[in-house]
Amino acid sequence: MKAPATLQATPFALVFLLFLVLPLVLVGVVSFWRASDYELIPAFTLQNYVDVFNATTARTYLSTLKFCVLVWAVTLLLGFAVAYFLAFHVKSVGAQTLLFILCTVPFWTSNVIRMISWVPLLGRNGLVNQGLQALNIIDSPIEWLLFSDFSVVLAFVHLYTMFMIVPIFNSMMRIDRALIEAARDGGATGWQTVWNVVVPLSRTGIVIGSIFVITIVMGDFVTIGVMGGQQIASVGKIIQVQTSYLQFPMAAANAVILLAVTLMMIWGLTRLVDIRKEL
Amino acid sequence: MHVDKRPRSFYALAAVFGAFVLFLYGPMIAIFVLSFQGPEGGLTFPMRGVSLHWFGKLWEGMGVVDVAAAFRRSVALGTVVMLLTVLLSLGAGLAFRKRFAGSGVLFYTSVASLIMPSIVVSLGIGLQFRLVDTAFKAVLESVGAAGLLEGYGTAMGLYTSALGAHLTWTLPFGLLIMLAVFNRFNPAFEEAAADLGATPWQSFRHVVLPLIAPSLVGVGMFGFTLSWDEIARTSQAIGDVNTLPLELQGLTSTVTTPAIYALGTVTTVVSFVVMGCTLALVKFLGKRRGA
Repeated sequence: MKAPATLQATPFALVFLLFLVLPLVLVGVVSFWRASDYELIPAFTLQNYVDVFNATTARTYLSTLKFCVLVWAVTLLLGFAVAYFLAFHVKSVGAQTLLFILCTVPFWTSNVIRMISWVPLLGRNGLVNQGLQALNIIDSPIEWLLFSDFSVVLAFVHLYTMFMIVPIFNSMMRIDRALIEAARDGGATGWQTVWNVVVPLSRTGIVIGSIFVITIVMGDFVTIGVMGGQQIASVGKIIQVQTSYLQFPMAAANAVILLAVTLMMIWGLTRLVDIRKEL
Repeated sequence: MHVDKRPRSFYALAAVFGAFVLFLYGPMIAIFVLSFQGPEGGLTFPMRGVSLHWFGKLWEGMGVVDVAAAFRRSVALGTVVMLLTVLLSLGAGLAFRKRFAGSGVLFYTSVASLIMPSIVVSLGIGLQFRLVDTAFKAVLESVGAAGLLEGYGTAMGLYTSALGAHLTWTLPFGLLIMLAVFNRFNPAFEEAAADLGATPWQSFRHVVLPLIAPSLVGVGMFGFTLSWDEIARTSQAIGDVNTLPLELQGLTSTVTTPAIYALGTVTTVVSFVVMGCTLALVKFLGKRRGA
């Protein structure tokens, strides 16, 4: 193909210009505008940002951060364990592929379906409560299993652990197996090998997986909405609700802050890892 | 490699893995089974008979929601997204093989699109179209086209704002796959074609395209399934009609019958059919290449 490269990339670039760059610029601009009940008024005001900083929003940000940290910790541990098992304990490539596919298949089901699939298990009359009652462990059904912080975290882990497994597994597969042998020959215990050899060398995968999980949880409103029974607040939900009431400047201000917080977390994450490398 | 005894950590991790797989599949199997619940049955076990009752209910529509129409819209949109994702990613993939101005910016923009909180993108697109509407109405008013003004609702819609929102999500995946493909692509094939007198188009059509066809099918499948399942980016960037996942999300808080499980089973079957067709196509293309 002797067609000029610029021409070939143009349609691709145009999509991002029209549907990513321009919208984001508009979000930034409109966050300084004012709005009446039915129209946007071009102006310059910091009022939207001032309004964002109140106790309720602060609580919502903290709650979203809490979910973020919990989900990140659980998916990282679980994802690392699963990836480690696949990469180092499953020796044949065929079995590796098969087990990997086994993990990816549920990924092809709609996320909302995967969320509501917890209802028959965790509901008031769900299997868990039925089972525990039959075993006489509890007298009355546990209420906090569904539509609670617990079910939100559970659903996040259920939906997004794959985002950790794939990049970490990918990094682990590139580790020269001789290094593991060397560590063992040098007298390192299993844990020491994992901590001092495998973890640092899986760094890229861990960072990529973490970025995925953190950005998903920070901006989420669907999972928290459905699994929280529409009762738990999140930053994404604030933006969604404000947008549906056509409070675009407020929503935009929230979006700018959300974006700033998320980018700071990503930046911090990459710094954290780089510092480790330099030590 | 080693035939030595498996360490204890193997069994511990195997147990973790097994539990993880059970965790992934258990709930899915539960709703699959419950979607065949008898007419008297409820949202939880036990099963009260086995029937296709709830699938029938589903097809009749659930309340105000026309599930069949939403289904058709999602299939149509998914197909358009799939085709555009393949074409645009292929173009960009070919461009990235050569050097061009702004290639770095384009790459980082598409990576940024991938990790951008979806609600922010969605808000941006919704905002953009609202401003376009306002501007367009002002123009119509100033030229005095009252008839047109009356008929004009919004530029937002399935094939404008929603399509754009979906592409910001599918194209980065498409590009990453194409980059991986062309990284491993041996340029000797094209050089050989050129030496034998093939025009650039012939060499692309008869050499490059057949070699990368299975990957293109993969990109297409990614495009369709990502679009089929998209909620967050579409949510604020769609006009009056909803896609299937958006309807589904709304239904979770209103529908309290196993019909919603039936809907889950149906959408899952569609995903699996798409996967199956893709794998069959890839296999077919692979075989043809081998022959």
